[in-house]
Amino acid sequence: MEDERSFSDICGGRLALQRRYYSPSCREFCLSCPRLSLRSLTAVTCTVWLAAYGLFTLCENSMILSAAIFITLLGLLGYLHFVKIDQETLLIIDSLGIQMTSSYASGKESTTFIEMDKVKDIVINEAIYMQKVIYYLCILLKDPVEPHGISQVVPVFQSAKPRLDCLIEVYRSCQEILAHQKATSTSP
Amino acid sequence: MVLKAFFPTCCVSADSGLLVGRWVPEHSSAVVLAVLHFPFIPVQVKQLLAQVRQASQVGVAVLGTWCHCRQEPEESLGRFLEGLGAVFPHEPWLQLCRERGGTFWSCEVTHQQAPAAPSAPGEDQVMLIFYDQRQVLLSQLHPPTVLPDRQAGATPASTGGLAAVFDTVARSEVLFRSDRFDEGPVRLSHWQSEGVEASILAELARRASGPVCLLLASLLSLVSAVGACRVFKLWPLSFVGSKLSTCEQLRHRLEHLTLIFSMRKAENSAQLMRKVNMLASVLLDVALGLTLLSWLHGRSRIGHLADALVPVADHVAEELQHLLQWLMGAPAGLKMNRALDQVLGRFFLYHIHLWISYIHLMSPFVEHILWHVGLSACLGLTVALSLLSDIIALLTFHIYCFYVYGARWGAALGRPWAWGPADARRAGPSPQLFIGTLLFTILLFLLPTTALYYLVFTLLRLLVVAVQGLIHLLVDLINSLPLYSLGLRLCRPYRLAAGVKFRVLQHEAGRPLRLLMQINPLPYSRVMHTYRLPSCGCHPKDSWGALCRKLFFGELIYPWRQRGDKQD
Repeated sequence: MEDERSFSDICGGRLALQRRYYSPSCREFCLSCPRLSLRSLTAVTCTVWLAAYGLFTLCENSMILSAAIFITLLGLLGYLHFVKIDQETLLIIDSLGIQMTSSYASGKESTTFIEMDKVKDIVINEAIYMQKVIYYLCILLKDPVEPHGISQVVPVFQSAKPRLDCLIEVYRSCQEILAHQKATSTSP
Repeated sequence: MVLKAFFPTCCVSADSGLLVGRWVPEHSSAVVLAVLHFPFIPVQVKQLLAQVRQASQVGVAVLGTWCHCRQEPEESLGRFLEGLGAVFPHEPWLQLCRERGGTFWSCEVTHQQAPAAPSAPGEDQVMLIFYDQRQVLLSQLHPPTVLPDRQAGATPASTGGLAAVFDTVARSEVLFRSDRFDEGPVRLSHWQSEGVEASILAELARRASGPVCLLLASLLSLVSAVGACRVFKLWPLSFVGSKLSTCEQLRHRLEHLTLIFSMRKAENSAQLMRKVNMLASVLLDVALGLTLLSWLHGRSRIGHLADALVPVADHVAEELQHLLQWLMGAPAGLKMNRALDQVLGRFFLYHIHLWISYIHLMSPFVEHILWHVGLSACLGLTVALSLLSDIIALLTFHIYCFYVYGARWGAALGRPWAWGPADARRAGPSPQLFIGTLLFTILLFLLPTTALYYLVFTLLRLLVVAVQGLIHLLVDLINSLPLYSLGLRLCRPYRLAAGVKFRVLQHEAGRPLRLLMQINPLPYSRVMHTYRLPSCGCHPKDSWGALCRKLFFGELIYPWRQRGDKQD
C-alpha cells in the first residue's frame, strides 16, 4: 500500500512524504526535499564569475578566469555529492531493526541500520535551532550498562526537518510497530 | 516474534532438497548455509552434519525442505516433504517453495509441539532475508563482536542477531570445502559448489613465506644486535643517537620490519591487518625513496644543488648582517640603550662571521656529502626526510644559539619581575632595599633592548621550527598511513563492514516479505581511525598552547626530543 502527502518543513519549503506499507511488520517513510533551484545556482555562478572578471581586469591574467570556471564546477560537484540531500528514508522492520537512508543529489546513498535490540523508543523531541524551537523525531538507544539509561539519541530526517504534523504521522506508525514488537518479544 | 530465514542468493536457483543451517532461538532466526539435494541416505547426512558440528563448533542441522519445481507441489510431494520432518526432527520445521521462473515464494513453518499459549493470529509470519554468502563469509564487522562461547550452538544473548549470522557463516567454512566435482556421499549447493576458490599465487606465497621469514628474521636480529652493542651506549654516541630524528626513524622502521617478519602467526584479523599495513607502508617508503634517488642522481642535479648551496648560505648571512645593523641603529624608531645594543650586535655579528667561515670551509665536501645522503633514500623516503630535517637543524644552529642567548638574557633580566612587593615588605627599609631598587630600575630600562633581540631571533627560530615541523608531518603521514586497509576499502568494500543495509524486494500481499541484505562498507574516516599505525613520536610534539607559553616565558624550544616528552 502506498500513498503520498505533501507537508512543509520548518522554513516553509514543500516536502513530499511517501508512505509504503509492505506488511504489518514493515513500513517505509520517504521524505523528498525541495530540489536545487535554478535561481540560486544562477545567482552563485554569476557572483563568482563577476568577481573573477573584476580580478581579471585588475591583474590582466587569464588564469583567473579558468580558475573561476574550475572552482565553480568543482564546487557544484562537491555540493551535489556531499551536501545536497534529495531524499531521506526511514524503513522500520519489526524484530529486525530501523534503517535510515539519505540519498544525495549526485546519487550517493548513505545508510545506517540500528538493530531492534538496541532501540529503546522513538520519541518527538524539542530543540533550539538558531532562533527557533523545532520538533524533531529521534530514536533512543539502550545503554548496555544501565538498563533504564539511554546511551545515544539518533535524530531522524535531519536535513529535511519536517514540521510537527508530518512527524506525528511517522511517529504513530512507528509506535504501532514498536508496540507490536514489545508485545511479541516479551512473550516466550 | 517474526521468524527470519536467512537464505543465500547462490541457492535461489538450486534444485529441490533439504535446508542445512543453524537455528538461533534467541533471535528466532534460521541461517540457511547450504541445500542438500536428492537422492541422499539419511544416515550419511546425519554423519556429515555431526562431522561438521565437531569441526566447526557450529550447531548445524537440517532446518527444513526446499522445493524448486515447475508448478505448485503436488499432494504426494507435499506429504513426502512433510514426512522428511519425521526423519530429521527439528523445531520449527521450515518449508520453502518457489516456482521455477516465478518471483514469489511461499513459506510454511510447522511447530511439532503445540505452543504453550495460544498464538496470536499472524504469529508465525516468516521473513525471507537473502544474503550473499561469499561476501558475508569474507567480511568483518566493525566493531568486532567477541563471542566468548565457543560451544556448539551457544551464543550469548547480548550479541545482536546479525553478528550471530556473520559468525555462523564465517565459522562454517568446513561445510563449504566440497564442490560438485567431489565424489562425496552427499551433494551440496553453496557458494563454492561450482568450484572451490583458490589462487596459485596465494598458495605459492604461503609456501615461500616460511623460509623467507626465517631468513629475514635472522638478518634483522643480527642488525638489532649490532645496534644494541655497548659502543653505542657510551656517551657521546648515545647522546647523539637519541637526539637525531634519523636514528629514531631507523629504529622505528627496524621495529616494524621485525614485527612483519617475526615467525609468530597473527592471532586475530586486527593483528594481521596491522602486519600487512606495516609491510605496505615500508614498500611505499622504499618505492618513493628510490624514485627520489633516481631523480637526484639523474642529470647531475646533485652538482647543481651543491653549487647553489654556498651562494644561498652567503645570501642568508648577508641578510642577517643587514638585520643586525638595523637593530644596532634605531629599529622602527625605538630608542635603544646604545652601549648594550652595540655589545649585543657586535657579538652576534662575530657569530655570523664564524658560521660563514665554517660554511666556506665545508664547501668542497658538500657535493660528496649530498651524494651519500642521497644514497640513504634507498632505505626509504622517511629516512631521507629525517636526514634533511637534521641537516636543517645543524645548518641553522647559529640561529638556535642566538635564540638561546636571547632567552637566557631575557630570563636573567626577567627574574627581578618575580621579586615582588611581598619580598620588599619582608626585606624592610635597609641598604639592601636601596641597592635592590637601583638594580631593578637599571635592568628595567635595559629590558626593551634585550626583548627586541629576543623577539627577532625567536621569529627566525619559529620559521626553522615550522619547516622542520612540516617535514616531520610528512614523515608521520608516510609512517602511519594504513595503505592496505585503504586499498581494501576501495577495491573490496565488503571486506570491511560497518554494518548491513536492507532493501525490500518486490512484494505481493499474502506472500512472505522478502528483503535483500547487503554489506554497508566502513567509511574512509573510520578505516583511517581504526587501522592507523602508531607513529614514532620522534619530534617535539608540543601543542600550540604549550609552544606559546614557552615562547612567552623564555623557556627553550629544543629542536629535538626531550627525555620528558614520552610519546607512545
